[in-house]
Amino acid sequence: MQERVTVAIVGSGPAGLSAAGRAAASGVSHVLLEQRDHISDTIYKYQKGKLVMATPDVLPLRSELTFKLGAREDVLGTWGKQISDLKVNVRFNSEVTAISGEKGDFTLKLSDGTTLAAEYVVFAIGLQGNIRLLGVPGQERDWVQYQLDDPDEYSDETIVVVGAGDAGIENALALTKQNNVVILNRGGEFARIKQGNLTAITTAIEKNQLECIYSATTVRVDDDGIAVKTPEGETKVKCDRIIARLGALPPRKFVEACGINFPSSDPSSLPELSAQYESNVPGLYVIGALAGYPLIKQAMNQGYEVVEYIQGNQLKPADEPLLEQKFAKIPGNRTVSEVLAYIQESIPLLSGLTTLQLREFMLDSEVHAPRGGDIIFERNDYTNSFYSIVDGGVNIQIDADDENKIVALGQGTFFGEMGLLSGRRRTATVMANTPSLLIETPRRSMIKLVNSVESVKRVMDEVAVGRQIQTYIAPNIPLADLEDLIHTIRVEKFDQGEVLFHEGDEGDCLYLIQRGSVTVSREIGGKEAVISYVPAGNYVGEMALVSNAPRSATIRAAVAVEALRLDGVPFRALMTRNEAVRQAIEMRYRGRVLENIETTEQPEAGGLIQFLVDQGLGEATDVLLIDEALCVRCDNCEKACAETHQGTSRLNREAGPTYQTIHVPTSCRHCEHPHCMVDCPPDALRRNANGEVYITDSCIGCGNCERNCPYGVIHMAAKPPNKPGLLQWLLLGRGPGPGQAVTGKWGPDSKKASGGPKKAVKCDMCKDVKGGPACVRACPTGAALRVEPSEFFKVVSQGL
Amino acid sequence: MHQSILVFRNFRYLKWAAAVIALSVVLYWFHEPAVGIPNGGTWLGYALGGFGAILIGWLMWFGIRKRRYGGGGAPVEDWLSAHVYLGLALIFVATLHTGFQFGWNVHTVAYVLMMIVIVSGVFGMFAYLRVPELMTNNRRGTTLVQMMHEISDLDAACREAALALGDEINQIVLAAAQNTRIGGGVVRQLSGDDPACPTRDANSTVRHLADHAPPGQAEGFRVLLGLLARKEELLARARRDVRYKAILDIWLYFHVPLSFALLGALIAHIVAVFFYW
Repeated sequence: MQERVTVAIVGSGPAGLSAAGRAAASGVSHVLLEQRDHISDTIYKYQKGKLVMATPDVLPLRSELTFKLGAREDVLGTWGKQISDLKVNVRFNSEVTAISGEKGDFTLKLSDGTTLAAEYVVFAIGLQGNIRLLGVPGQERDWVQYQLDDPDEYSDETIVVVGAGDAGIENALALTKQNNVVILNRGGEFARIKQGNLTAITTAIEKNQLECIYSATTVRVDDDGIAVKTPEGETKVKCDRIIARLGALPPRKFVEACGINFPSSDPSSLPELSAQYESNVPGLYVIGALAGYPLIKQAMNQGYEVVEYIQGNQLKPADEPLLEQKFAKIPGNRTVSEVLAYIQESIPLLSGLTTLQLREFMLDSEVHAPRGGDIIFERNDYTNSFYSIVDGGVNIQIDADDENKIVALGQGTFFGEMGLLSGRRRTATVMANTPSLLIETPRRSMIKLVNSVESVKRVMDEVAVGRQIQTYIAPNIPLADLEDLIHTIRVEKFDQGEVLFHEGDEGDCLYLIQRGSVTVSREIGGKEAVISYVPAGNYVGEMALVSNAPRSATIRAAVAVEALRLDGVPFRALMTRNEAVRQAIEMRYRGRVLENIETTEQPEAGGLIQFLVDQGLGEATDVLLIDEALCVRCDNCEKACAETHQGTSRLNREAGPTYQTIHVPTSCRHCEHPHCMVDCPPDALRRNANGEVYITDSCIGCGNCERNCPYGVIHMAAKPPNKPGLLQWLLLGRGPGPGQAVTGKWGPDSKKASGGPKKAVKCDMCKDVKGGPACVRACPTGAALRVEPSEFFKVVSQGL
Repeated sequence: MHQSILVFRNFRYLKWAAAVIALSVVLYWFHEPAVGIPNGGTWLGYALGGFGAILIGWLMWFGIRKRRYGGGGAPVEDWLSAHVYLGLALIFVATLHTGFQFGWNVHTVAYVLMMIVIVSGVFGMFAYLRVPELMTNNRRGTTLVQMMHEISDLDAACREAALALGDEINQIVLAAAQNTRIGGGVVRQLSGDDPACPTRDANSTVRHLADHAPPGQAEGFRVLLGLLARKEELLARARRDVRYKAILDIWLYFHVPLSFALLGALIAHIVAVFFYW
């Protein structure tokens, strides 16, 4: 007979374990379904001895299971013991392939062909996804593996890598150093991979560093190797190890197949859930990372809570005390839910949020109660948080030269969205005009919200468009006068290298760059030559509109660009109607004409701009350049960096390309929209008011930022032991010298060389060091300089 | 776009140094010693000597300063610019301090050591001004490590090209791959050349043999010669790179130890003056 339970919990990560633990403890009939033969596969696959962090410290843990900072083995061992003590009903090797039915009577189909009935289903499947297996007999042999932690672990083996995607190629290349590697490619060539990997793998094949078998499909895994079918017939490749990198099925697909809605196709959007983690399908619950809570402690709390909710118990969420504390500033002694209701009522932007989303939003946010006249942020600050006005109001000083020119915003409105969109400095100073209550939300939470709640995105877009037009093109013109223009505006997205318009095209519109930056180029002597660089907050395309001539230059996205497309007809109408706008545009037009002549006369400047844009400087806000005509190669910059940052240099002077005498060393560029921030579970990557992107102590060492950084400037390092002082080294020869690593005979005792936990380290522009970046201050010849690219490009186009 | 340490801050430290020199010269010019001729024992002699000693101490402190990375204060670039100009001013201060009295004694030893240190510093300054640009041009956007990789790739290609050309050629090419060295001792590094470079020998021998090769091997020889020529060119560039780096470094091996010798001699000079007057 079919097994029947009250709650079926899918996935045995921290969330699932905690849910099952609570169900077992409160006597609810349950089953915990795990597709592998062990619990918590994601943590199980951490490298040996990796510390599992228990952040945030302030969040209380609510679970039948315990959890504190410890090595991977200890954490898993404790959980394993606790679930057996609790008599949790776990079924290993049980992948759920389909779910049908409705609340009270779901049927779960498992991969072994059996079915299972459950009244409620809790999804706690995380984000790792189902790794695709080889799908041939013998795939479960223990020398067939689906991931590679440390390529240096293996030597003198013959290793077959199956899969010619980026992961497979990167693994194969890393293994060739010490092993004999064969890569199996299902296709006849390498397609859909990163350019860098393509070059590397083709070179390696040409040099016979590894062998590639094309058009190969795996048939079976034998005792001593793998059988492969190629167009020439079946062959056997003998090997010691098989590494299959065939990608994973994203968990979202499966959840969507069960009927659960996601508001948008954006990967960062989250499923729609009630305050009790119930999805739009009654009886189906989603908790943990998939629901948008990537930290272990949050996930465990939700596991506990969801089982309580299913039993019909009302329970204050574990984060209640945190919110209470946060709301303490708010006058009137209201309860948390009263405050939340008040916020939602006061701010229309937030009215579309579920209670759960609003709680999460408020947990991430700060509540401020400024007095009248207090400055919220200043023009040119680099903060990128977003503010909503719950009570009171603010004055925005829109003119840098005249502080009396202000726009007032009142209750229910928001500001700060321009910095969020462009990733650039604040365009205005904002101060409270009366005692107010403001909510400040960090960039990441806001982006998550915009991608998850359609209404937020719509309102943000509408208001942002109008404000950008007012800020950058038509100051002092009321929105009402701009309406027919605003209605025609579309937001267009361009990938890096894509063309907004070509030289010689008909000019029928103007682009206001909202995010990213573009290069302006013209055909000179049969070749496209870059003549200038235009960052966000500026417009392009006005020349053709003013002169009624075809486009005079090609505009190309230097990085991913979002631009507002302003239709030519209403824009010309606006220029006719409004003298100030016409004058401003014409002034810009004359400036451009002059600039074009200047740069056309010095092609080397264009070459330099093109080179720097190719190096990704188009999205940088502050970059280290080295003038090699002055650099005496003393490496004092690297030593200074290491000495000011616990012995690990965050810059590599010699690495990186050079154009003429300008060298771009490998070091952080503090991007406008930092790639490293995209997927940081504890939100440890921050940007402060001066623009530095830095890592806070809450880093859990997961390595996501290291992988996400396209410039290779983040790495994982443990804190090295202390060194003797400079004079001791100079006079007595004790310890390693300045900038030298604490290794070799000065290194830590190898017997206890466990090292501390590895955390991500990167350039923080020496924000805590007096006098600014140590690399620049330590350069004896002035070769090292930090520049803001948009300013630097201006200098370049005016002549070196 | 930006300037060398000499023009730094619009010659601020040149102006300081000029002031020091002018003051010393003017005082010396109008100075009438109470007894005898100008020397280190007059009030001006003590003043210049005292100032010179402090200056030497301060100049040597640069070695500490440039390794102190935390904290505020003037950037190292300021220090170096001042170090250069005030170091040059020391020539005037110290020479006027002597009153042009030299002899075979510990006092003159200190003076001579000081002058050698200054001269080595002047050499270093010229090296710092000239070599970086030469080095950059020579590298053509690559690094020494990349050149080495390319050379080893060329070695592999040469050996493959040699396979069809007989034993003698194979041995020559193998020897060129195994025995070619970049760098070596100090003299070799500074010369930027290897007079007995096995690759150069291989290149000329192969060229000679190519003239007498059977027609069927002509294409093989052409390929090999092309590869060897490319390797020789790369080797020359790599050796030049090593040479430039050596020039940038070598003077410090004189400048720094001799500074310490100077410090010793200076102490001996001061002790001698005060105890054996």
